[in-house]
Amino acid sequence: MKLHEYQSKQLFAEHGVPIPRGEVAETPAQVRAIAEQLGGSVAVKSQVLVGGRGKAGGIRLAKSPEEAEQLAAAILELEINGLPVRKVLVDEASEIVTEIYLGVTNDRTQGTPVIIASAEGGIEIEEVARDHPEKIVRAWVDPLIGLRDYQARNLAAAMELPRQHWGEFSRMARGLFDTYWSLDATLAEINPLVITREEKLLALDGKIVLDDNALYRHPELEELRDLDEEAPSEREARGHGLSYVKLDGNIGCLVNGAGLAMATMDVIKGLGGEPANFLDIGGGADAEKVAAAIQIILSDPDVHAMMFNIFGGITRCDEVARGILMALEEVSREVYLVTRLVGTNEELGRRILAEAKMDTASSLVEAAEMVIAASKVSVSE
Amino acid sequence: MSILIDKQTRVLVQGITGREGLFHASQMMDYGTQVVAGVTPGKGGDWVLEGKIPVFDTVERALAATGANCSVLFVPARFVMDAMFEAADAGVPLVICITEGVPIQDMMKVRRYLDQEGVRLVGPNCPGLLTPGESKVGIIPGHITDPGSIGVVSRSGTLTYEVLYALQLRGLGVSTCVGIGGDPINGTGFTDVLQMFEDDPHTEAVVMIGEIGGSEEERAAEFISSSMTKPVVGFIAGRSAPPGKRMGHAGAIIEAGSGMAADKIAALQSAGVRVAEHPEAIPALLS
Repeated sequence: MKLHEYQSKQLFAEHGVPIPRGEVAETPAQVRAIAEQLGGSVAVKSQVLVGGRGKAGGIRLAKSPEEAEQLAAAILELEINGLPVRKVLVDEASEIVTEIYLGVTNDRTQGTPVIIASAEGGIEIEEVARDHPEKIVRAWVDPLIGLRDYQARNLAAAMELPRQHWGEFSRMARGLFDTYWSLDATLAEINPLVITREEKLLALDGKIVLDDNALYRHPELEELRDLDEEAPSEREARGHGLSYVKLDGNIGCLVNGAGLAMATMDVIKGLGGEPANFLDIGGGADAEKVAAAIQIILSDPDVHAMMFNIFGGITRCDEVARGILMALEEVSREVYLVTRLVGTNEELGRRILAEAKMDTASSLVEAAEMVIAASKVSVSE
Repeated sequence: MSILIDKQTRVLVQGITGREGLFHASQMMDYGTQVVAGVTPGKGGDWVLEGKIPVFDTVERALAATGANCSVLFVPARFVMDAMFEAADAGVPLVICITEGVPIQDMMKVRRYLDQEGVRLVGPNCPGLLTPGESKVGIIPGHITDPGSIGVVSRSGTLTYEVLYALQLRGLGVSTCVGIGGDPINGTGFTDVLQMFEDDPHTEAVVMIGEIGGSEEERAAEFISSSMTKPVVGFIAGRSAPPGKRMGHAGAIIEAGSGMAADKIAALQSAGVRVAEHPEAIPALLS
């Protein structure tokens, strides 16, 4: 789960990281009032959960409250990478001398948190990693001990940060790490961390991504979820315990297991079809879960044909077959369906479907070929 | 004939009185696995599975009474970190964690601690291990594979079954199948298992099933290129997956331009691995 910049910075501030004075607003009039209160120039920043806000005109500098109001009106009309702008953050503008990158994330290979810093701030860290890998410094944190003070100091030294800023930088690194660790984040990032003309260090922009599996420990954070982050169908699927990702194609896929679901999409795509979704019904999927999954797939109007691929280890094929029939009774829209059932009680499962005059297949490739052919017929009609 | 588990492995089931734990303990016994004990705090003294398996309150007591040398965990995600620590502290040398949905921070602590204690962890979020004809520890269906000389290692569950079944249809048997799990941070990686297969005299070739996310496959490719003499056939799931979206598994996500299937396939191919177009094409590449 991703948090907005204003939410992330608020959480940083709660952990002792200095941030610019500012407030979030939903209307141009509110923006003007905040700008008047702050005085001087302000930054008006769209709050959407995608990158590229600056390039899309979603971050603007205003010299007066009137200008801030006008810019906010324009920004609140924007759609950035498909997401509508519903909120803007109004921050006191800073006179920036230096921009630094500071982030904490999980190192999958080491299995520990890693703090990443770079004197090249303000641009995507991936870009720095690609073009100037020597300008990135790292410190790995022992998860059983936590961040040690010398590690933050070492980062400041390795970045060749002027000595007078080491103390403040170390406090910010500590605050950022504490935010990441106490909230079960998978990423906490300040980019840029700026040194202002008054020699102050500030988190000018911030980003936090939370570990969905640990949200039960932080019920207060669940309330920060932005519903625009996922499609309504993805949200509904999550409610049913299904893992669903909407794609652009026209072949609906229902599969048990994430790896097999990806492989099924790959086979369809490889043979010239276009998958409409990723959907993993999980292990031990019962009839009701299958029914919910079918409803969700068919709620996508682009779906013209469906393929079910069930490898029953724990999941019983006869139960899946009954679930399919039960679910189809409740669906008003009819699309072509081929089902591949393998594993526990597969004969029985296939017989149940055959009696209902439904197509079945025994191999993955065979099923994919059948559904692709059907999807093309449906489209040309 | 195998790695990690064989006929001699004495298995303890943590969480044996739960629905999943009980069902799979019975499946393991039917397969011939030596299931010797179960642990559920508060249920010590009970007997389950037609009175054949004693339940203990603690792992320490279960070990003292039965000499178990492997523990498989069907403990809910919220409690499984503690259960893994308990197994390690009691002296279990091999811990298999089936549980899905473990917080990443918990896994970082567990992996660090178990590494320090010299405990081998497989998982979490994995289907476990199967040495055909000898022992199964976890949830891999036993009837879809036969004993043989192919080692199988995978980040996935049902996709692994698919591959085992495809091998069985072509008469190809398996030495051991290891599910390392689909989480971003796990106990045992591809490289660890590849080393074990390389050292196992009864494994003649290896099938490695990877997916998008992380860089484990790239590291495995380096290892194969530098240290493996046995042939490896690969498959990478997720060529059609969009970036930035988590594809079911917590670890299956293309982030910031890394973890893409195409890069993994290229790395494996340059290490001499034959990469299959789809799972059913794997057996042909082994001959």
